[in-house]
Amino acid sequence: MATIAQPVGQPIEQPGRFTHYLNSEYGIRSWLFTTDHKRIAWLYVITLTLAFGLGAIAAGLIRLALFTPQGDVVTAQGYDELFTMHGVIMVWLFLIPSIPATFGNFFLPIMLGARDLAFPRLNLLSWYIYVFGGAWVVAALVYGGVDTGWTFYTPYSTEYSHTNVVPTEMGIFIVGFSTILTALNFIVTTHRMRAPGLTWFRLPLFVWTIYATSLIMLLATPVLAIALLLLVIQRVWTVGIFDPSLGGDPLLFQHLFWFYSHPAVYIMILPAMGVVSEIIPSFTRRPVFGYKAVAISSFGLAIVGFLVWGHHMFTSGQSIYASMIFSVMSFLVAIFSAIKVFNWTFTFFRGSVWLQTPLLYALSFIGLFVMGGLTGLYLATLPLDVHLTDTYFVIAHFHYIMVGGTLSMYLGAMHYWWPKMTGRMYPELPAKLAALLLFAGFNLTFFPQYVLGALGMPRRYWSYDPVYQVWNVLSSAGATVLALGYILPFVYLLWSLKYGEKAGPNPWGSKGLEWQTSSPPPRFNFRATPVITQRPHTQ
Amino acid sequence: MPEDALSTPILRGEGGRVDEQFETVEQQQTTAVTGLWVFLGTEVMFFGGLFLAFLVYRLVYPQAFIEGTEHQNVLIGTINTIVITTSSLAMRLAVRAAQLGQRWRLRGFLVIAINLGVLFLVLKGVEYYQHYEESLIPGHAFKFPEPFAAQAQMYWILYFVATGLHGLHLLVGIGVLSVMFFFAMLDKFGPEYYTPVEVSANYWHFVDIVWTFLFPVLYLLRW
Repeated sequence: MATIAQPVGQPIEQPGRFTHYLNSEYGIRSWLFTTDHKRIAWLYVITLTLAFGLGAIAAGLIRLALFTPQGDVVTAQGYDELFTMHGVIMVWLFLIPSIPATFGNFFLPIMLGARDLAFPRLNLLSWYIYVFGGAWVVAALVYGGVDTGWTFYTPYSTEYSHTNVVPTEMGIFIVGFSTILTALNFIVTTHRMRAPGLTWFRLPLFVWTIYATSLIMLLATPVLAIALLLLVIQRVWTVGIFDPSLGGDPLLFQHLFWFYSHPAVYIMILPAMGVVSEIIPSFTRRPVFGYKAVAISSFGLAIVGFLVWGHHMFTSGQSIYASMIFSVMSFLVAIFSAIKVFNWTFTFFRGSVWLQTPLLYALSFIGLFVMGGLTGLYLATLPLDVHLTDTYFVIAHFHYIMVGGTLSMYLGAMHYWWPKMTGRMYPELPAKLAALLLFAGFNLTFFPQYVLGALGMPRRYWSYDPVYQVWNVLSSAGATVLALGYILPFVYLLWSLKYGEKAGPNPWGSKGLEWQTSSPPPRFNFRATPVITQRPHTQ
Repeated sequence: MPEDALSTPILRGEGGRVDEQFETVEQQQTTAVTGLWVFLGTEVMFFGGLFLAFLVYRLVYPQAFIEGTEHQNVLIGTINTIVITTSSLAMRLAVRAAQLGQRWRLRGFLVIAINLGVLFLVLKGVEYYQHYEESLIPGHAFKFPEPFAAQAQMYWILYFVATGLHGLHLLVGIGVLSVMFFFAMLDKFGPEYYTPVEVSANYWHFVDIVWTFLFPVLYLLRW
């Protein structure tokens, strides 16, 4: 267990006043100009919620339009703009920053026993860049719209689109700086700011995943930047970098794009796995089984994630030998994922399980992630992928990972750490109800899409053959249940800010270092620098 | 920032220049240096994507790219390589001067490094003007003997993107070094505080290194 060092020259507590990071300063300026990583995490929570709301509205309209086969709600062009808006906002403005920028920001320094990130002002700058770039992207998407899909494939995004492609890409380019600077901050902090005694193999598993995620952000984002830059140059300068009629190669864009966008999947899922690795030991009273294997498998995923981008291009005309290698590499992903899943489940063995809401989310993560992961194997199989490419099977697969995985765990982390971040408990009963609604609603929304894909319904189509209608209606109905599962936490979490029970420093009785300080933590996280003597969550 | 008694950090480094999140001066210094190295990782991948695009088209259109390369002014390119490498050396000597507390040498070397950087950009501008006169700017005005016009244009696009992005990095570097010079005039640096100079120097070397790769690839690769 982490021990707090005997305070040296510790200031005497003022009697009768409990000071923490939320009440040490007041006023709007103390938030907008803060360098406190915990307050910046809250700034991200607010902006991410806004972004998520916008993306979710687009998703709702898509499901509404697909309720009937002939596309009654929006025009074909409007439909293209809707799914582009949904994809762009959800990927770059919500999923990429989601867990790292909020819970990573809040808990990475605390789990390292540090007072703040290595570069606090840079951290604030990252948020401002995110807000600026995000507003830019949203403006481009709302005023005018983009119809290329979030992938910006050429030539859809060059000769055949007369929409706001260039402004949207510039906005994403700007948001990329925010991602890179946050990643840089996390990496340097993990290297340089660890508390005495905190060796690499004593790091909490959440830190391992945030570190691996940061490496991907750092090394993959610039490649997207150059790809988008070249595409912008092609459009603005009217030259043919990716235009075959001028000697360019459209596949080069796909290669550069997926060199970022495949690792981006691990940017989204690794932090979620980190949260699961924190919740399970807290609620089973056991350290995660196979700590080292779980820690190293995060790196395995990060590295292999860089080597599998070609599996998005099996039917694009790339060399069959390249496809075979990419297919084999993609199967490796399953090994590292399975290491995690087996170790998590084995942690329950002889554990003292306490089924609170965060654990419900973690269990639902494991179920949905396994489902999404196994169907990923279908897609990694070359001949099967030829049939399933660009169908709803793909849509269902990656939503199981991104919504079932990342978004579930974003909410799971929110519940798990809510008492620490706010000092208040959320109400348990509605929280359990919301977790169940989410699980049920999610499966009802996306399981039918597996069926649709297997039956051959293509993605990104505004109207479809009436034989598919039953499954689409089921999916749209599920989306309304899913929406309830999001709205409910929003309401009761806000409610608990004022009316929730006082949490106390450690309501879960967890051994994690972040639970050893007060809730909410003081401005510099600990009253005295902690000294670490053991692995996380061990007695 | 009003620091209340409870949250005041208890361990502070010597020297009085330690930010609140650090324990010691050494930690703060090594952290800054690490930060820049990590940042260079992202830069390498940024230029790496560009080099990849160049490599792909170089392999697909070898002849057109050779024809394109033949319009380069190797003399200016060579001079510029010497200029930027010398500038890098001057910057390293500036770091050494800062570490030894030699204020005038520090200022002098910074001036040399900055001016050589500016000279590089001026020479690059001369080259760009020559390309303009030869109608080698990609777009509607681009003129190149057939049958390689479209493919050679690809070479020139990538040339302008690569050297343009490199020039932009150089411009940022000149700005950073100028700030360093300003602080050097105020005597901010000395043996106990030279991290900003060191960090700027590492960035400056990176800009130099990018050029050492660009020069042979864009100017000399003719077979």
